[in-house]
Amino acid sequence: MIQAQLIQAQSIDHVQQMLTEQGYVCGRPLATIVFLSLKLGRPLFLEGEAGVGKTEIAKALAAAFGRRLIRLQCYEGLDASSAVYEWNFAAQMVAIRTAEAAGGADRATLQTELFSDEFLVERPLLEAMRPDENGPPVLLIDELDRTDEPFEAFLLEALSDFQVTIPELGTIKAPEPPIVVLTSNRTREVHDALKRRCLYHWVDYPDFAREVEILKARAPEASDQLSREVVAFVQTLRTEDLFKKPGVAETIDWANCLLALDVIDLSPEVIADTLGAILKYQDDISQLQGSEAKRILDQARASLDEA
Amino acid sequence: MAELPELSLPEDPKLAQNITHFARALRKAGLPIGPGRVVDAVEAVAAAGFTSRQDFYWTLHACFVSKPEHRVVFTQVFRLYWRDPRFLERMMAALLPAIKGVQEEQAAKPGEKRAAEALLDGANQDVDAPESVEDESTEIEIDAALTISSDERLRSLDFEQMSTDEVARAKKILAQISLPVQPMLSRRLMAAKQGDRADWRRTFREAARRGGDIQSIARAKRRHRWPNLVVICDISGSMSHYSRIVLHFLHAVANAKGAGWARVHGFTFGTRLTNITRHMATRDVDAALAAAGAEAQDWEGGTRIGACLHEFNRDWSRRVMGQGAVVLLITDGLDRDDPKALAQEMQRLHLSARRLIWLNPLLRWDGFAAKAQGIRAMLPHVDSFRAGHSIASLEDLAAVISRPEDSGEKARLLSQMGVQT
Repeated sequence: MIQAQLIQAQSIDHVQQMLTEQGYVCGRPLATIVFLSLKLGRPLFLEGEAGVGKTEIAKALAAAFGRRLIRLQCYEGLDASSAVYEWNFAAQMVAIRTAEAAGGADRATLQTELFSDEFLVERPLLEAMRPDENGPPVLLIDELDRTDEPFEAFLLEALSDFQVTIPELGTIKAPEPPIVVLTSNRTREVHDALKRRCLYHWVDYPDFAREVEILKARAPEASDQLSREVVAFVQTLRTEDLFKKPGVAETIDWANCLLALDVIDLSPEVIADTLGAILKYQDDISQLQGSEAKRILDQARASLDEA
Repeated sequence: MAELPELSLPEDPKLAQNITHFARALRKAGLPIGPGRVVDAVEAVAAAGFTSRQDFYWTLHACFVSKPEHRVVFTQVFRLYWRDPRFLERMMAALLPAIKGVQEEQAAKPGEKRAAEALLDGANQDVDAPESVEDESTEIEIDAALTISSDERLRSLDFEQMSTDEVARAKKILAQISLPVQPMLSRRLMAAKQGDRADWRRTFREAARRGGDIQSIARAKRRHRWPNLVVICDISGSMSHYSRIVLHFLHAVANAKGAGWARVHGFTFGTRLTNITRHMATRDVDAALAAAGAEAQDWEGGTRIGACLHEFNRDWSRRVMGQGAVVLLITDGLDRDDPKALAQEMQRLHLSARRLIWLNPLLRWDGFAAKAQGIRAMLPHVDSFRAGHSIASLEDLAAVISRPEDSGEKARLLSQMGVQT
């Protein structure tokens, strides 16, 4: 059953290369996990700070392997009717009325008709279990920590056997398991029972060289000099005592902001004007007011010169 | 080591066995690894191949690590285990004296000692966690005839003035207090006759049973859920008499399942912040407090409220308060650091908490006025300000939590502050 995936993911290097082609620069560790998850057919559980590229990997995977991306955004109170399936009640009502008007409201027929695929509204989890012409889809279950424990428990069945149960129709099993990517920002601890079924990876902030590489892939218009300065500044900023450290997404955003302003070279004034792109808490922004930004910029430049 | 059961694994039994031993070492080091994960790991290694050391590392990492905290321990155990065996011997020899009690472990990197101990197969079992300082073993017989009146006395008695016997009995009473909390409206629905929205799914399922006849529309309403409780307790010198008792209270609350809390997170602070949630889950209260005491290194030292709250806000608030938590802050508010920074941290804590209740044992004096700068900085940012020096006051607290509008003594003290400034 896993054969279809095997054709495409041959080795760790291969995975790394395919992701790079999609503009997703990833290190060897992450590539190893992704390869394992593809090869063993196990869900991938990614944890990390906001903006380090957890969601992006699912998108890159889908693009690299030419699969469909199905996204399930988690939120508090997410239940089966919005995650798995729902009946199309309005259409069912119409069907009942029509049957009544026609006078042929036979009980058994009506029952089988009312609860058939025709009236079934498929939601992400069920969709991901359906066969797809491009091969099993990529199922992204995003920000799992936002939902509650009952839903996590529900996922156990779906993720270990790749099947969902609809009382009126029976159990629907995926012919081939989808590629599942779960992400969490760690606003609460996800239960061990769920983690146990997955391959776990903590996505960390990248180092200088890799972040420059990422920035080049994502904001290719930026000059070499600017992107190196931007990355050095953000990297130095991460060593400061901040409430929310800027992620890679912020680095890319900031570089794009600077490009839009036609900035060639970082200066304390430019930083002060565009700080909102990298820091999202007032406490952090006020901490960088005045000479502080200049100090960090000097420090960043010094580290650039060293390298 | 005991004989290993035969694993029915396809290739390379030697490697499979080594991985099993490695998993056992990790388990000893405190990582939650069951046999299922070992089988997964062997399969994963078979899939990823055995070419480079780095790939091997990340393959095992993917299978055995499930929390960021585990990474350090895993790395150390990995380094020790998958290395030249002679090096391992030397490493253990170097660590042995430290485990026997000689103070040489300063040089050990985080996780290294734990890793070495795990590999040494419990060689240091006789080294126990430091005992809790207080003697809690005193058991007294309670004469039923006198119980009520002496309980009454105990309830209003200041913790500071209690004898050891009284403390022991106070703990028993404390263990029975529960905190009734106001449930929150969840976004989940439950079936209800008088519900405010239609439950179409159930309506149609019932209709199908009657051949498509809809007799009545089934209704649903929003379900209730319980918020989490976060207790941050000061264990500095000035609080010593209260914090132990309060921790007993915390243990009772944390272990009262179904008493109206989703989850209880416990933190202590003096000069640094310590998370003791895991220890509070131990059923035996003395063992739990001993473990918490061993974890928190700053009992009865100084206080740095501002710095500790900063640490909490930065590292923990997003992880434990994401789902709307009630925060119980237990401290006397005597802090000599910059009051401005303290006020800022309090504000941040207040903004991220559903409700912030400050429990202050100093409030037992009726003429208490907010004179200390730390208290003046913190007071404006709490929802409720309460005494916490006796059982009666903790019982009051139980009542407060169920009344969201109650602000305790906050208004009185704030108005005094206004007059003074």
